[in-house]
Amino acid sequence: MNEQVKQALIAKLTALADDELILAHRDSEWVGHGPILEEDIALANIAQDELGHATLWYGLRSTLDGSDPDRLAFLRDAAEFHNCELVELPKGDWAFTLLRQYLFDAYEALWLSAAKDSTYKPLAEVAAKILREERFHLQHTQAWVERLGLGTEESNRRMQAALDAQWGYAQQLFVPLEGEGVLVAEGIVPDLGGLKQTWLLHTTQHLQNSGLKLPLQPGYQPTSRQMHTEHLWSLLAEMQSTARWDAEAKVW
Amino acid sequence: MTPLPNAEQIWQALAQVPDPEIPVINVVEMGIVRDVQVEGGKAVVTMTPTFSGCPALYVIREGLEQAVRGLGFAEVEVRTVLFPPWSTDCITPEAKAKLERYGIAPPRPTSEFGLIELELELVRCPRCGSLDTAVKNTFGPTLCKSIYVCNVCREPFESFKTL
Repeated sequence: MNEQVKQALIAKLTALADDELILAHRDSEWVGHGPILEEDIALANIAQDELGHATLWYGLRSTLDGSDPDRLAFLRDAAEFHNCELVELPKGDWAFTLLRQYLFDAYEALWLSAAKDSTYKPLAEVAAKILREERFHLQHTQAWVERLGLGTEESNRRMQAALDAQWGYAQQLFVPLEGEGVLVAEGIVPDLGGLKQTWLLHTTQHLQNSGLKLPLQPGYQPTSRQMHTEHLWSLLAEMQSTARWDAEAKVW
Repeated sequence: MTPLPNAEQIWQALAQVPDPEIPVINVVEMGIVRDVQVEGGKAVVTMTPTFSGCPALYVIREGLEQAVRGLGFAEVEVRTVLFPPWSTDCITPEAKAKLERYGIAPPRPTSEFGLIELELELVRCPRCGSLDTAVKNTFGPTLCKSIYVCNVCREPFESFKTL
């Protein structure tokens, strides 16, 4: 692997891991606050899975540059994170959280299905591993979109408001990183352009079948993973506080 | 000096290590242990994780290491591999029977699944044997289990996810 490919791959793995980590944290904010116990547990399970996925992506990066996953997660500042803005938005209400998880799961399931054929074997192996877990997420969040979309007037209104707010942000999942083209050319990662069409087909159909309308104006669409909303700062302040205060966290 | 145990004896020792979350079955019958090698005075155990975010992995890793140290190895290495990914098909038939006796519906054989379709599985109630059961929650008390309820005997039960 030449240096250019290696650097591009490190950047891509970081973005993948950061998305999972930040989303896991947002989901975990519901622990103890879910609408009913079963759903509290379900979302905690999903958060735990996403955290497991982040660990695998950071681990893969580590084999390339020797970085320490714990330091990357707990000691970087917001400006050094490369997650998309969608995952850092505050958790909002239940509809907002579940819609975000659904849009992300649909993207992730498609990305992983393509990435399991990567020419870079370690990445193909991680993708194949994670994909098996992802389908349970999609099954769950897809059902929630339908349940709330076709539920009551209020649940539909909340789901529609979530969709109006998130649709533009979600498009960022398909914006390639600068330098990602070289990875696509080498067959290391899938081409996001092709995946976007499939994702649009699946999500549009499911959203419409769930009584929701796609926003006529997609709204703000972030394009750079160097940019973040103000919400990432407060998220990290909470997520990193223990590690920054006592890295070993051995004192209770 | 007594010779160090061979791979076969290590396998036997590992079969004494219970799964931390489902203690009626051991890590070997769970299909977590992939390989055992003795390299000089060192034992190398290769394992594969079940669910990637499973918090029991650390306990399992320690359990494997301690079991091998208990045989007299001063140096033990536990390696992790991801490929081929662990599947519930790796659980032995005997272990699946133990799961059912323990009250957990065992996983079904895996098959190719559609990416975005909802998957409906027939799950047998481990108490009364009825197939008239319904999923209550895809996610249960641990990452590997779902919650079902039996429509015949009315009992809720856990079902191992088919992965």
